[in-house]
Amino acid sequence: MNLLHLFGLPPAASSYAADIDFGLRLTFASIVFVFFSWSVYLAYLVFRYRKRPGVQAEYEKSEGISKAMFPGAVVLILEMILIIFWEIPVWGKIKEDMPMGPDVVEINVLAQQFAWNIQYPGLDGKFGKRKKGLVSFSNPIGLDYNDPAAKDDIVLANEIHLPLGKTALIHLMSMDVVHDFAVPEFRIKQDIVPGMDIPLWVKPTRLGTYDLACAQLCGFGHSLMVGHVIVQSPEDFAAWLKKNTPVSVAASSANNF
Amino acid sequence: MSEHKTSFLKKYVFATDHKIIALQYMFTSLFALLIGFFFVLIMRWELAFPMHPIPLLGRLLSAKLAPNGVMSPELYNMLGAMHGTAMIFLGIAPLGFAAFGNYVLPLQVGAPDMAFPKLNMLSYWSFVIGCLILTSSFFLPSGPLQSGWTAYPPLSEITRGTTIWILAMVFIINSSLLGAINFIVTGLNMRAPGLTLGRLPIFVWAQLVTSAIVLLAFPPVEAGAVLLLMDCVAHTSFYLPQGLVILGHASGAAGGGQPILWQHLFWFLGHPEVYVLLLPAIGIIAEIIANNSRKPLYGYKAMVGSLLTILILSFIVWAHHLYISGMSPFLSDFFAITTLAISVPSVILLTCLVFSLQGGSIRFTVPMLFALSFLPLFGIGGLTGIPLGVTVTDIYLHDTYYVIGHFHYVVVAGILMALFGGIYFWFPKWFGRKMDETLGKIHFWGTVIGINGTFFPMFILGLAGQSRRLWNPLAQAHNVPWQKWHVVSSVFAGILLLAQIPFIYNFFRSIFKGERVSDNPWEATTLDWACPSPPPHGNFVNPVSVYRGPYEYSQPNNREGWAAQNAAELV
Repeated sequence: MNLLHLFGLPPAASSYAADIDFGLRLTFASIVFVFFSWSVYLAYLVFRYRKRPGVQAEYEKSEGISKAMFPGAVVLILEMILIIFWEIPVWGKIKEDMPMGPDVVEINVLAQQFAWNIQYPGLDGKFGKRKKGLVSFSNPIGLDYNDPAAKDDIVLANEIHLPLGKTALIHLMSMDVVHDFAVPEFRIKQDIVPGMDIPLWVKPTRLGTYDLACAQLCGFGHSLMVGHVIVQSPEDFAAWLKKNTPVSVAASSANNF
Repeated sequence: MSEHKTSFLKKYVFATDHKIIALQYMFTSLFALLIGFFFVLIMRWELAFPMHPIPLLGRLLSAKLAPNGVMSPELYNMLGAMHGTAMIFLGIAPLGFAAFGNYVLPLQVGAPDMAFPKLNMLSYWSFVIGCLILTSSFFLPSGPLQSGWTAYPPLSEITRGTTIWILAMVFIINSSLLGAINFIVTGLNMRAPGLTLGRLPIFVWAQLVTSAIVLLAFPPVEAGAVLLLMDCVAHTSFYLPQGLVILGHASGAAGGGQPILWQHLFWFLGHPEVYVLLLPAIGIIAEIIANNSRKPLYGYKAMVGSLLTILILSFIVWAHHLYISGMSPFLSDFFAITTLAISVPSVILLTCLVFSLQGGSIRFTVPMLFALSFLPLFGIGGLTGIPLGVTVTDIYLHDTYYVIGHFHYVVVAGILMALFGGIYFWFPKWFGRKMDETLGKIHFWGTVIGINGTFFPMFILGLAGQSRRLWNPLAQAHNVPWQKWHVVSSVFAGILLLAQIPFIYNFFRSIFKGERVSDNPWEATTLDWACPSPPPHGNFVNPVSVYRGPYEYSQPNNREGWAAQNAAELV
C-alpha cells in the first residue's frame, strides 16, 4: 500500500511509474523522518534551555567544524549513493534511451495554442510531410496530401489512442510556444519546444482514459488545453486504427496484398 | 561627526544617508509585498471558486478583464506574473538585501555611512523608477506581463506587456548592481579598527556573499533581457525558431533562435536569486539567535565557510529548473549532483543555528519567536526541495502545485518570517522605540497558522498531479476531486491577511507611540547597538574600535553577562 495515494498520488498506469513512485516514497519517507526527528530535537532544546532564573548560558565557543560538518557529510554520502545507484540509471532509462524497432507505436504530437494535434503514420508506418504554408482550420498540422506517405495518415485532435502493454514512441513538437506533455497516471512530463523534435516513450500498463493536460503556461487558454489518452487492448487498438484509416487508402492497400 | 542642517527634501526624499535610504527601501518593499499579496488573493478566489464573480472587486474591473465580474484568463495571467515579480524583485529581495543591508551593514562594521552615498541614492531611485514603470503597465493598453514571472519566449514575445516589463526589470537590476558594489566596498574597506574579517558578524558575511552573488548573477539575465527586448521591438529572432504558426497564422520571424537559451539565461540568475533572498535572512536569524540564546554562535567558521561555498555552488545548479525543458537529458545528471551538493552547506548553516541553542538561556522575545519558527518552517521548504532536485522524481512533480508549495515554504514560511523577526529586532534602533509585544505575538501566531494552512494543501494538489498556473483547474477532470484543498488554501490566505493587520497597526503606531527604549535594549554585542537610537548623521558619536569577536555572550569572567565588541575593558 502506497501511503502517497492518500495524499493525492493517482494510481499508476505505465511501466516506469513504479520507479518514480519508489523515488517519491523514498524521498518523502526521508523528509518525514528528518523533519520529525529534527523538530523533536529542536523542541527539546527550546524547552531544556529556556531562560530560567539563576541559570546562566554556557560560554561554549566551539568552532564546530567537525560536529556541524557531520550531518552535512552524512547527507552528502546518502545522496550520492542515491544518485549513482538509482537516479542516474532510472533517469537514463526514462529520458535517454529511446525505444526502436517494428513493435514500437510511433506518434507525432503537434501542440498548438490550445490543442493537441495527433498524427499517426498509418499503415505504411511513414509520417506524411508537413508544411507551414498549408496550415488551415481544416488542416491544423499543415499535412501535405501530395506526399504519398501522407495519404494514410490519421490526424486527431485532443485524443491519443495507445495499445496496452506496447511501447509507444511519441515525437513532441510545438507549432507556436512552449507546451508540456503531462499525463499524471503515466508519471511522465516533457516540455515541448518549438523548433525541436523531442522524443518521449511510454508503455501503458492499465486500460483507461487519462487526462493529458498542458503543464507549461502557454497563454490564456492554458488550463483548457486538455486532451485524453485512451489506453486500449491491442485488439481494440488495431480495430480502431483500421476504422480510422482513410477509406480510399484502406481499399488500395488491400488490393496490394 | 557634526550635525548639519539639511532641507526636508534632501534629508528624507533625495537622501544620501544610508539609514534614510534603508527606510525608504523598507517602506517601498513592504508596500510591494502587500500589493503582491492582494494580487494573489484575487487569484486565490478564482482558484477556490472558478468562474464565480470576484466579490466587490469584480464589478469595478472592466468588461474585458472581468466579464460579468468573473476573472478572465488574461487577467489571471497578468496577476500571476505581477505577483511573482512584485514579491521577488520588489518585495523580498529589496527588503532583506537593500533595506536591512543598508541600515545594519554600515553600523555593524562601524562605518559612518556607505562608501558611495550618492550611488546609494541612485540605486534607490533607480529601483523606484522600475517600480513605477511596472505599476504603469497596468494602465497601458498592452497591460502587464502575461507569461509568468519567468517570461519564457516565444509566449512572452507573442503576448503584450513584455516590453514594459523588461524596461522595468532593467532599472530594478541596475539598482541591485549598484547596491551590491556599495555593500562590498563598505563591508570590506570601511571596517572599524580591530574589526578583522574573523570578527565580522554573520549578518555582514551574509550580506557580502549576497552582494557577490548579485554582482555575478544579474548581468547575464540583463543581457538576455536586452535580447528579448530586441525580439519584441526590433523583430530579431534570438529566441524564435523557424516556422512558427501562431493561432493559424504563419509567423514572420526569420527564425534560427532557440527558446531554451532564455531559460538558461533566466535561471542563471533565477537560482542564485534564491540565495539572494535567503542569505540576508540567515544573517538576520544568526544575529537574533545569538542575542536571545545569550551564548556565542555555534560554529562561526563553519557558517562562514558554508556561505562562501554557497557563493560558488549557487552558480552551477541553475539547470535543475530545466530537467524536462528539452535540454539534453545527459546534462541533467551533472546538475542533480551539484544540486544535492549545495544542500550540504545549507544543512551546515541550519545545524549551526540549532546547535547555538544548546546550553543557552533562551529569551522568548518576539524576534526570537520568528527566528525559532524559521528553523522548522524553512526546514520544510528545504526538505521538500529534495524530490525536485532528484531528476527522476522531478519528472512527476515538475510544474505542479508541489513546486509552488515548496518555494512558498522557502520564501514565505522561511525568509519572510526571518525578515519579520528582523523588523521587530532592529525596530528600536531605527526609531528609538519598541514594537508592542502582545500585538507582535498575535501577528506571529496568526502568520504561522495562515502560512501553513495556505501552503501545505499545495503539496497535496501537486502530488495529485495538478499543474501550476491554471486559470480554471476544474477544466481538467483529474483535478475535480482535489478542489477542496484550493478552498482550504484560499481560506487560510484570508487568515494570513488578517494576521498582518496587527503588524501594520503595530508598526505605524510604534513609530510614534511605542515604548521608548535605551540604545541597546536587547543587550547585544555588535557595533550596530553601540550608537544612539536612531543613529545621528555619521552614526557613531565617538570613533569606535573593536576588541573581540561578535558574539561574546555569557563570558565567565564578565559580570555583565555580555561583552560589546567595542568595549575596551570588561566590567
